[in-house]
Amino acid sequence: MADTKVRGTLQIDPHREPIVVVDDLHIIYRVFGAGGKGNAASAFSRVLRRESRPSMKEVHAIKGLSFVVYRGEAVGIIGTNGSGKSTLLKAIAGLLPPHSGGVFTDGQPSLLGVNAALMKDLTGERNIVLGCLAMGMTPQETRAKYKEIVDFAGLKEGFIQYPMRTYSSGMGARLRFAIAAAKTHDVLLIDEALATGDAKFKVKSKRRIEELRREAGAVFLVAHQLDVVKETCDRVIWIDEGRMHMDGDPAEVIPAYIEATGK
Amino acid sequence: MSHPERLGSQGGESVGTIAEPPHVNETLAAYAARYGLKQSAARPPLRKYIQNVWARRNFIWAFASAKNISMYTESRLGQVWQLLTPILNVSVYYLIFGVLLGTSRGVPDFIPFLVTGVFMFGFTQRSITSGSKSVGDNLSLIRALHFPRATLPLAIAVVEFQQLLLSLVVLLAIVFAWGEPITFHMLLFVPVLALQLLFNVGASLVMARLGAFNRDITQLLPFIMRTWLYMSGVIFSLPQLINHKAALKDNPWLSGLLEANPAYIYVELSRHTLLGEYRGYVHKMGMHSTTQLWAYALAWAAVALIGGFWFFYRAEERYGRG
Repeated sequence: MADTKVRGTLQIDPHREPIVVVDDLHIIYRVFGAGGKGNAASAFSRVLRRESRPSMKEVHAIKGLSFVVYRGEAVGIIGTNGSGKSTLLKAIAGLLPPHSGGVFTDGQPSLLGVNAALMKDLTGERNIVLGCLAMGMTPQETRAKYKEIVDFAGLKEGFIQYPMRTYSSGMGARLRFAIAAAKTHDVLLIDEALATGDAKFKVKSKRRIEELRREAGAVFLVAHQLDVVKETCDRVIWIDEGRMHMDGDPAEVIPAYIEATGK
Repeated sequence: MSHPERLGSQGGESVGTIAEPPHVNETLAAYAARYGLKQSAARPPLRKYIQNVWARRNFIWAFASAKNISMYTESRLGQVWQLLTPILNVSVYYLIFGVLLGTSRGVPDFIPFLVTGVFMFGFTQRSITSGSKSVGDNLSLIRALHFPRATLPLAIAVVEFQQLLLSLVVLLAIVFAWGEPITFHMLLFVPVLALQLLFNVGASLVMARLGAFNRDITQLLPFIMRTWLYMSGVIFSLPQLINHKAALKDNPWLSGLLEANPAYIYVELSRHTLLGEYRGYVHKMGMHSTTQLWAYALAWAAVALIGGFWFFYRAEERYGRG
């Protein structure tokens, strides 16, 4: 593999146009509420003594990642639980500040996660309209895309009129993906969002991801199902404990990963 | 915070392996810059940001309407509450101040005076309270889609404005029921409303940023709001108080401070435009003129809107981070 790399060396292909550059990225974030006494009296005395919360812990989640992603690539990110996959996506999306290093992108990356509905008290219908408008579409464009989104999400009859809190996790994820995929994104980051979909939806979303790639963006996919990664991605990055472990062709990285994790 | 000036050390030594000589020893950051890539967490320049917000005006409106509708979905009467809430509010105040206490302390048309005060103060109060939650309550939206975050507090201000418009139906009904004649002077109420809306937008932008990074604010706000209510001459006439209390007369700076309070300004100005008899009553006491109120109202609207927008914008890239 030409672009397989070992930590410390990085090759750049001068003939391709980069869309995401991750430069020696370190992410350290703070976690609140990790142990410690939680009663009011102790909290008050801490405030008086101007101490920071003892329950605050720092987590060094990404420890110096560097890589370049080119236009039209679909990159799968694999690794065990807690290896920093989701953190990396958040950092690329600009939701977590880098401790040092940086992430450079063309356009604004959009992150699609699994957590909850967009606005759970509103109907699916309103979520579609609001989602499209929030992404910067005009009301005309929104109306034009509406049918397409509903069809793509493939919700059961009538569910589009129900508040999103009544949706199953799979239905919610599908609708979110359908809304986000309605627009061409420069960089689309998908965090396990396809895991809850059924087989039919997986086929549809795979096709849509390919379309998005052709429209000159890049797609990042975090998934635990390796078959999804193998089918969708043309490059796989394996991270372990926040460090780059392997980067290259799925046919090479995935078997190595399977072997290492003892599946 | 990110460090745009920091260049990757690792990239620098490694790109030496590539074919083209000009890129030798180029850092990854410089490589990214050469292709026009931007820091992903960077905040757009102010001009661009304002354009982005303006481009989302349909979103702001749709979001506000959706919030308004979803607010009462759990209750059986649904949207009727939008009208019922102000009516019940007025009934409570009428019962306590009109019937039980029966004191108007010499203020003419006390019930319209009180209702105007409560509704107009409530408009600002609710804008601030819900503004402080506008970022925290919409984290899933913020983390899912990219859009200028200022649209959220702006939408909240619009929600409160839509709510107020319904309350105004009740308010005007009461004003006229108390025999207030319809005059051209009442048209001045429209610019008062517009100025108060601009002030509320600014205040809710400020509170949105404070509330986003300090959740304790939401616990404190009810107390601050209640104190503000009593300071703003909502349930009593502040000009009358200043006129009668010796302590305030002796300390003109204190009464000057009370008279500069924005909530008082908008409440009092609404009364001046809507209630002719009250306006005459205040003028007879030889207190500050309506012109002074207008000047303050304009100044507060401008300061709050510009300052609030700037304040909110400064933290744009940090909203929604966990």
